[in-house]
Amino acid sequence: MQEATLEKLKVLAESAKYDVSCSSSGTVRRNTEGTLGNTVGGLGICHSFADDGRCISLLKIMLTNVCMYDCAYCINRRSNDIRRATFSVTEVVELTMEFYRRNYIEGLFLSSGVVRNPDYTMERMVRIAKDLRTIHRFNGYIHLKSIPGAGQELVNEAGRYADRLSVNIEIPTEANLKLLAPEKDYRSVYQPMKFIGQGLLENKEDRRHYRHAPRFVPAGQSTQMIVGATPENDRDILRLSSALYTQPGMRRVYYSGFVPVNSYDSRLPALKQPPLVRENRLYQADWLLRFYQFRVDEIVDDTFPQLDLDIDPKLAWALRHPEKFPVDVNTAAYELLLRVPGIGVRSAQQIVAARRFGKLGFYQLKKIGIVMKKAQYFITCRELPVQTVNELSPTHVRQLLTPQSRKKTVDERQLSLVFEEE
Amino acid sequence: MIIFRYDKTFEGLLTAVFEAYQRKIFPDQLLADGESAPLFVGTDVHIDTNEEYAARVWRGAERRLSGTARAMVICCWLSELPEADILLFRFFRKTFDTPYMEINFGDPDILELSKIGKRVNGEKHRMLQFLRFQKTEDGTFFAPVEPLYNVLPLAVSHFRDRFADQPWLIYDIRRHYGYYYDLNVVSEISFTDAENHLITGLLDDRLMDKDERLFQKLWKTYFRATAIAERTNPRKQRGDMPVRYWKYLTEKQ
Repeated sequence: MQEATLEKLKVLAESAKYDVSCSSSGTVRRNTEGTLGNTVGGLGICHSFADDGRCISLLKIMLTNVCMYDCAYCINRRSNDIRRATFSVTEVVELTMEFYRRNYIEGLFLSSGVVRNPDYTMERMVRIAKDLRTIHRFNGYIHLKSIPGAGQELVNEAGRYADRLSVNIEIPTEANLKLLAPEKDYRSVYQPMKFIGQGLLENKEDRRHYRHAPRFVPAGQSTQMIVGATPENDRDILRLSSALYTQPGMRRVYYSGFVPVNSYDSRLPALKQPPLVRENRLYQADWLLRFYQFRVDEIVDDTFPQLDLDIDPKLAWALRHPEKFPVDVNTAAYELLLRVPGIGVRSAQQIVAARRFGKLGFYQLKKIGIVMKKAQYFITCRELPVQTVNELSPTHVRQLLTPQSRKKTVDERQLSLVFEEE
Repeated sequence: MIIFRYDKTFEGLLTAVFEAYQRKIFPDQLLADGESAPLFVGTDVHIDTNEEYAARVWRGAERRLSGTARAMVICCWLSELPEADILLFRFFRKTFDTPYMEINFGDPDILELSKIGKRVNGEKHRMLQFLRFQKTEDGTFFAPVEPLYNVLPLAVSHFRDRFADQPWLIYDIRRHYGYYYDLNVVSEISFTDAENHLITGLLDDRLMDKDERLFQKLWKTYFRATAIAERTNPRKQRGDMPVRYWKYLTEKQ
């Protein structure tokens, strides 16, 4: 390991940074004798936070940033004049092992530009995962990017060594993908996704018969969509994600606010800064789909195809459906509690547990951790009823809960004297 | 007002619970020996720590409390907060007297205990996140920590499992003790004459492995390269990675 690696690491980390996924969750694997590492599952561990506030959990690098494709949204496209570098297998392996030993990272997230053909590239990535697992006895987390268009045997082999595999959809409709990345199509993306799903189902069946059958991608698969590079609305995006979540083993869909890396390309919109608020609202909607038992057509439909940027999607839903409220926290079902703005999964569980012992009041709910500022308009509890969304009307509640801009306004109660300069 | 005095150990607290039930008097305050009492003390009882009584109370807790609740009790004790012991006393009393009381989050004591437990667990999780090893020339990996609560005992099993094939030493600089793993067993150690790296947390160059500097440099390079300049968000960075940890973070040095 020498100083030359330093330069490569810089180039290849910069090339890989636009991929959002960095989670190390989804699989619990204890250490076995003579190996290094374990995976903790549950929350996963973020080891650091970069200056952009994104977590650093895995060593996210590319094997090479040489690429034969020319996708408009990608920094590593063929026609870009950037520094190119390629890691050797030993370099990636040593970096991973040594960083891991110092508790810098949870494992490796390896991606790659496409060289020669998808199979050739995929083979080299699988080789690294295999070396780490079999020669260096690495037992930490490995996330491999499956190259679009790679064959089934390679995907299956990758799945034996990796904890998670992912294929990026990138653009939510095929027509726009064709426009921005002429060499790609949806088939090349969905094919590896289907291979992973198939492998997972087969593995599940195998493990039913043989308890010690080796696991296949125990942390499932994930994917990513770029938001704001093409004119799709939130309804298209969320419908696609909700369909993706029905795929076997699909754990996460990531949304990446479009960062204009190739501003010279006229097919892309000119943005002053990435659509961060929209990205945040999409994640909130995604959480509603996965943990709050919402259906996608409840969050966005033909009348409201875009998510509200001022208020979160759950509040937006509640204001569109005042007839469902107020909810009595002392009697309502868990599913209904989850739909109240200001009540999260943990609070809803605590309410259900606590109300067996006595009726809950405003103060106790506040103590439990409910955001009463929001929830007060949507619930009734032990106290006398207060004004809820039905008495105040949704528009009024919306006005009350929309965050005011921080700009200082002139205080009208304060007399101001003007001294004119002479 | 009734006060109990004990030696401020966990066994002592459990003995106090036992004695309280035996004498049928329940304290309003728990004090250490020699601590000055408040005004108007009615009864002042000294509790002698008794291993057998303590074990009996803990067995009772095992019967009556779920594993989660017992973990919360341990967390609350390790928080070292001044009010933690009387809170635990009230928690034991409530849960022993009323079945399933541990999930009554409407009760202020139960809720307070679960909140402290959550805070201590959070601190433990941050130890797993932000602990950084430095390799010494004899191959031992050294990490200084300085957690808010005394969470090192909770985190040791994780490091034992994860770094099973390397010897390591994790040292709590504030509380002056640590754990050393020699590839076989983890043992608690405490150094009497503090060397420089046990005060500053930084290894001297002469104690450092020859490649250590290079890997630190590589990690710093990676840390800077992976940030997207267009999305710079120092507020979120500080929220997720509080500044008090930066002292021992390689990438922030």
